[in-house]
This record gives sequence, structure tokens and C-alpha cells, in this order.
Amino acid sequence: MTSAHRLELVKLRAQALESLLIERGLLRERDVDEVIERFERRVGPMNGARVVARAWTDLEFKRHLLEDGTEAIREFNFHGAKVEKLVVVANTDEVHNVVVCTLCSCYPWALLGLPPRWYKDPAYRSRIVREPRTLLSEMGLEVPVDTRIRVWDSSAEIRYLVLPQRPEKTESLGEEDLTGLVTRDGMIGVAQV
Amino acid sequence: MDGIHDVGGRQGFGQVVREQDEPAFHESWEAGVYACMLAVMGRAGLGNLDRFRYAIERMDPVAYLTHTYYGRWLAGLETILEEEGLLSGEDIDRRMRERGGVAPDAPIIRAARPVAGNAFHGTGASTYYASRRQVADAARYQMGEQVRTIAHGAVGHTRLPSYARNKCGEIASLHGTWVFPDSHAHGMGEHPCHLYTVKFSGTELWGATGAGAADVCIDLFEPYLCKVGG
Repeated sequence: MTSAHRLELVKLRAQALESLLIERGLLRERDVDEVIERFERRVGPMNGARVVARAWTDLEFKRHLLEDGTEAIREFNFHGAKVEKLVVVANTDEVHNVVVCTLCSCYPWALLGLPPRWYKDPAYRSRIVREPRTLLSEMGLEVPVDTRIRVWDSSAEIRYLVLPQRPEKTESLGEEDLTGLVTRDGMIGVAQV
Repeated sequence: MDGIHDVGGRQGFGQVVREQDEPAFHESWEAGVYACMLAVMGRAGLGNLDRFRYAIERMDPVAYLTHTYYGRWLAGLETILEEEGLLSGEDIDRRMRERGGVAPDAPIIRAARPVAGNAFHGTGASTYYASRRQVADAARYQMGEQVRTIAHGAVGHTRLPSYARNKCGEIASLHGTWVFPDSHAHGMGEHPCHLYTVKFSGTELWGATGAGAADVCIDLFEPYLCKVGG
């Protein structure tokens, strides 16, 4: 079976399940549209970017965010995805943080939306805990030799977000402009911002 | 269980391939599977995330690796629906044929039976998501304390990755008490217990040729931990 054929079968099977659940009153057609709308428009890396930009411009907020991420993000009123406990880990010259879930694909949905495919694939999940420096380098991020790498394996219901370092020469930018600089990969820890 | 899902530290998976401007969903059927998951786990109250994860872990290992993320979700959902007696794989095969498709000759993504029992009966799983609980028990370990993880895996669902078994680490955070996935996934109660972040050095996990100046922090439940030298 080719991978295209396999994918086509899974697609047909998913559609068959969907129609059976609708027929039995367990699923409504609008549920699917609602899921698409949620993750295409409302819940995505733009949420995390706002949190990071605020932390770069407001030291009191940053202190609160690192101390109690769950409480600190309440003021943003993010809807559509829950996080029971958020821990935000800050990159510094001494420590570079990177997030993974080796057992499945746990990810801070409320702040980053749905994870990209590579985050869910065995290559990333297997290698980042064992050879983080090599893998990050392959992904285009050279972590200085004297910077310690800290990998966070999200094995329970706590979700992790990386607070990247604020880029140099951005002193003149306000929170709004900074938000545009923050990337999803920066908040996972596989890229610098 | 020592399943194919437990990939931390396995070698040979090759390069990480990143897609430029990746959409939230690649095709609408993926959102359909997502909506089915919410409907089955949430609205119908048929399970919890631990049960869902365990259903995915029981997939045929070859299928686990060859199907994409939402294919794995579909397998997990089919398993739970079948275990609840609501829908069988044959029902779905039949619907595929009715819709003009060709149902596969053999199950393409069905998961195996639970190896450590399944005490779910009908609906009634209270919460499929929220898993923090207030319990008065005192934490057994304190910040900075050295601990060793247990040496053996669980027969059923567990959240102790195999690469972190029988390893020494340091308690880096205490997170209070949470539902214990190892029992919850099997419908055998919440048994809330203390959760800790434990920090392991790369050298402890992988030896001298390992990750070098790196640590791995893992969130581990109290039953996975032992006192060092005690």
C-alpha cells in the first residue's frame, strides 16, 4: 500500500465515522466547522506571541509570568483551548529551553494552537531528548557551547512555553510591533527570535 | 506499556522535516476527526485523555509509525467506541462501502485490546480533560532532593518514559496532586498523587557520549519515584 493510498483510506474511514456519529446524534455538522474556525482564526501562535511581547516590555508582567504562568495569562482571556497549568521557561545567555512530548504530542494549545507535524513525528520526539544540540543545529539553531540546553518533556498535564530572548536592536519597538517578531518555533525553543 | 509510542531516545528516525507555512489542518477530514474526538470524549463522556492516549498506544506498531497524527486519533476513537459497544469496526467498514469507497480487506488502524484490563462501563467518565485534584496528602519528596525512578514499566498505560527508568534526578518543582494516568486510563479510578518535575542530566540519561551540557526535565508522578539510598 502506498502512503497516498493509505492516507486516502484513512480519509474515507474518518468521513465514514463522522457520518455515523452524526446519524447517532453524537456529532453535529457545525462541530467540524467550529473546530476549523477555532484553530484557523482564534487559537494559534498569535496568542503566545502577545504573551511574549508583553513580557519583553513589562518587567512586572514577566516576573509574574515566570512565577505563575497560568495566572499571568488570565488577563488575555484566551478562549477555545484550556491549559490547566502553564509553566513559562525563559531563555538566557546561560540556558536555552526547548519543549517536547516524547510519549505523545502534548503541546501548549491555548497559546500556540495545534502542533506542527514535525513536533508530532518520531524524529523530533526521539532525538531532542538525546542529542538536542545536534538536532537544534540541524534545524538551523546553533546554541553556543557554553549555553546549557534544558529539554522539557511534557509527560503530564503541565504545558510549557519558551520565553525567547528579546532580539537586539528592538529597543524602539512597542509591544504591538514586537508581537509580529515572535515565532511559533521560537516559543517551542527550536529557533531564536 | 512498552509500546511503539515511547520514542524518546530511540535512534534511526532520521531528519526532522519542517513544512513552510503549515496550515492548522491539511485537509478537512482532520478537523472532522478532531470534532469526533471532542464529541466522543467530551459531550458523550466516554473517556478521558488518559484512556484516549492508551487506546492510541495499543495500535499496531507498524500502523502507528505509518499513519499521520489524525490517523492515530481515528484509531484511538474507533477503539473506544468499540469497547463501549457503540460502533464496531465492521460498522465503519460497511459505511465506507455504502459511501462508494472500498473497505480495506484487513483492519487498517484498529488497536489491540487493553493488556491491563478495562474497567470502563458505559458513560459516566466525569471529566475528559481537567485532572488537577486537591488532596491533603503531604508530598513525599522536597525541592532539590535526589530521587531515583523505578526500574520497570507498567503493564498498561504509564507516563514514565522508558528512557528515564532507573535513573537519578533532582526534584526541580512540586506541582501538587493530579489524577494518576496509570489507573485513570483503565477506568480504575483517579487515585490523585503528587506530581513533580524531575531534572536529569544528559550524562545520567545517555552516558558520557550523550547530550553534553544538557538537562532533561520530566514531569513524573510520585509512584514513579524512590528515595535514593533509603
